[in-house]
Amino acid sequence: MRADPKGVLTGTHFIDGDHSCCEGALAAGARFAAGYPITPSTEVVERFAMRIPTVGGTFIQMEDELAASITILGAVWGGAKAFTVTSGPGFSLMMEHIGYAAMTETPCVFVNVQRGGPSTGLPTLPAQADMMQARWGSHGDYEMIALCPNSPQECFDLTIRAFNLSEQYRTPVMFMMDECVGHMTEKVVIPPAGEIEIYPRRRSSLPPGSFKLFEPAEDLVPAMAHAGEGHRFHVTGLTHDERGYPSMTVPTQDRLVRRLADKIRKAEDKLTFIDEDGMEDAKVAVVSYGITSRVAERAIEMARQRGIKVGRARLIGVWPFPDRYLQTLSHRVHKFVVPEINLGQISREVARATGRHADTLPVLHAGGTVHQPEQILEAILEAAK
Amino acid sequence: MSALVQPQNPVEPFLRTERMPHIWCPGCGIGTTVNCFARALLDSKLDLDRVALVSGIGCTGRVAGYVKLDSFHTTHGRAIPFATGLKLANPGLSVVVYSGDGDLFAIGGNHLIHAARRNMDIKVICVNNLIYAMTGGQTAPTTPDMAITTTAPYGCYEPSFNLPYLAESAGASYVARWTTFHVRQLTRAMTEVLTRPGFCFIEVLSPCPTLYQRRNKMGDGLDAMKFYKEKSKTKNGAPTRDVDLTKDGEIVVGKFVDRVRPDYLELMRGRFREQLGDRYEEVEDLVCS
Amino acid sequence: MAKGNVNVLVERCKGCAFCVEFCPTKVLALSSAFNSKGYHTPNLVTPEKCSGCDLCGMYCPDFAIYGFRIAEAPEASDAR
Repeated sequence: MRADPKGVLTGTHFIDGDHSCCEGALAAGARFAAGYPITPSTEVVERFAMRIPTVGGTFIQMEDELAASITILGAVWGGAKAFTVTSGPGFSLMMEHIGYAAMTETPCVFVNVQRGGPSTGLPTLPAQADMMQARWGSHGDYEMIALCPNSPQECFDLTIRAFNLSEQYRTPVMFMMDECVGHMTEKVVIPPAGEIEIYPRRRSSLPPGSFKLFEPAEDLVPAMAHAGEGHRFHVTGLTHDERGYPSMTVPTQDRLVRRLADKIRKAEDKLTFIDEDGMEDAKVAVVSYGITSRVAERAIEMARQRGIKVGRARLIGVWPFPDRYLQTLSHRVHKFVVPEINLGQISREVARATGRHADTLPVLHAGGTVHQPEQILEAILEAAK
Repeated sequence: MSALVQPQNPVEPFLRTERMPHIWCPGCGIGTTVNCFARALLDSKLDLDRVALVSGIGCTGRVAGYVKLDSFHTTHGRAIPFATGLKLANPGLSVVVYSGDGDLFAIGGNHLIHAARRNMDIKVICVNNLIYAMTGGQTAPTTPDMAITTTAPYGCYEPSFNLPYLAESAGASYVARWTTFHVRQLTRAMTEVLTRPGFCFIEVLSPCPTLYQRRNKMGDGLDAMKFYKEKSKTKNGAPTRDVDLTKDGEIVVGKFVDRVRPDYLELMRGRFREQLGDRYEEVEDLVCS
Repeated sequence: MAKGNVNVLVERCKGCAFCVEFCPTKVLALSSAFNSKGYHTPNLVTPEKCSGCDLCGMYCPDFAIYGFRIAEAPEASDAR
């Protein structure tokens, strides 16, 4: 279906990533947000608070991130499309409810505008050190979808994709921005509502009594329902059966948790979003994501000018990790340069996926600013030896 | 000559009968509160398809799994913010939070006071058994002085919360306390809150025979009920600062606060109408297509 | 003639005796019989005194008992 024009600010804008993310959410149909102020993410909800009364929806600033992260889940079960926004310390607080959303299959979006950590860290400076947390932050077994924009334009486009994926897979989606992308001002083109594709919430046509809230379709995803429609359903974070009733047995656990994992794992190919070029005859590839990919582009350009055949793979979707894509690539490319603003997170995943055939050269940065192109270039040259 | 009419238990349609018998202990009062709640739902004449129940974690939290309503068993302490989201997304729903003293006032305390402050239109039924029962009988913020718990094996020495006082101070529109002995008054109070707006709070004292009663040598559930009968004193309108509980003392019950304040949505809509005029896009609900 | 009667869902009962204690006309007692879980369930020992007030039903934490009023049928006119 097409986007609701009420939420689409069609036109050419000069805005930063935070603001653009808010517009993406509105364009995607988000009509509810709950948040808590935390640098560098606050602008997303500040803009939402300003815009939503004239679009038609509600914003509430909750008393903490714990509240915000579950208020949006209540809103989703009440029928809305909802999201919340935070940064590192708030992301840590939200972990329990990210797990609850995964377990109850609540479609929603969590935005993390990453900053220096750990703990209070560098509130106003960028890092990419929550990437593993996005996947493993909550307890128990679950899979995660995470997208990484590298420009304000992508903060708009990919937020819409995040909402669409959350509905398609009935799962929470992590939108992993960083302070640099969030506070960087660039041209953002917002198309007319008719050109924006929205994946509608998956509903069942079964009447109350027959409909089971956790009965999967063929793609392992169950249809969604809302409170107030007469289903009288039950939702719990306890291990549950297809009716949603607690069923704390070994067979139910196996059935449920495996399905939740397979729901995402079996769709890995459909959830692999990579922007690549120059791979045809490359022996070295640079794998990067988020703001680092902008710097990596420059380093790759510099390397190619020196005649080095280096391929570029920008991970737009970081989770589920594109194992198959990289494994296949590693048969031809034997050196992977992975720059990231952390002390080794996604580079470990690359090494894991490609280790049989290739070497991984991480280019690590503890946080606070972006890499210099020369740092990445040096690694490419080293890899190309 | 009389015909024997054997009607169904009026409570049956409200229960997920396929899940009976429930897990609560013999003599536990939670089931009694659910009985009252079911009757209150009947008396309120609400459309039950439009009533949603949200609970947290704990023995009382299990209520959500047994009532035949759209029900949500959420995380520990966070039933109230979940209920907030539910209500704001679909204001046409009647949203009830049904949880225990530890869940609502320890881990969930912050959320309770803010929802009361905002006068969020949700109804909070707090079953107070003075202990953390599900996890085996640890101290709760309501455990009275000298009571024995597993984390206070020599007797609790922390001052305990006066729940009605706290709820009133935070801004609740309606505050009452009853016990599981007061089934008629409790049912009436529940019916009242279901049909009036604003943040409403009902504390229900309830026995935990397996842990609180047993560890404190106070008998079983029935002994607790007799204790409530003997020690309770109805003082409607009593100042809430004077209704704190002790281990063996008087239990003040009654309706303490019943005041009218604009609720959250009224305040929000009022502000936007006033500031934005025609530009305000007022919507009935946020339900997506 | 009794004004009321009770129905006991024996398998739900946990023998807590709230109903026995709070019946205003004291018509109930826990029987020596027990259900499959071993709980002694209530029964009417003085049925003629049951008013069908359903206070037992209101107190029961297990939804295992409820009282109801017996509807009076029109008197049979055999002495016309």
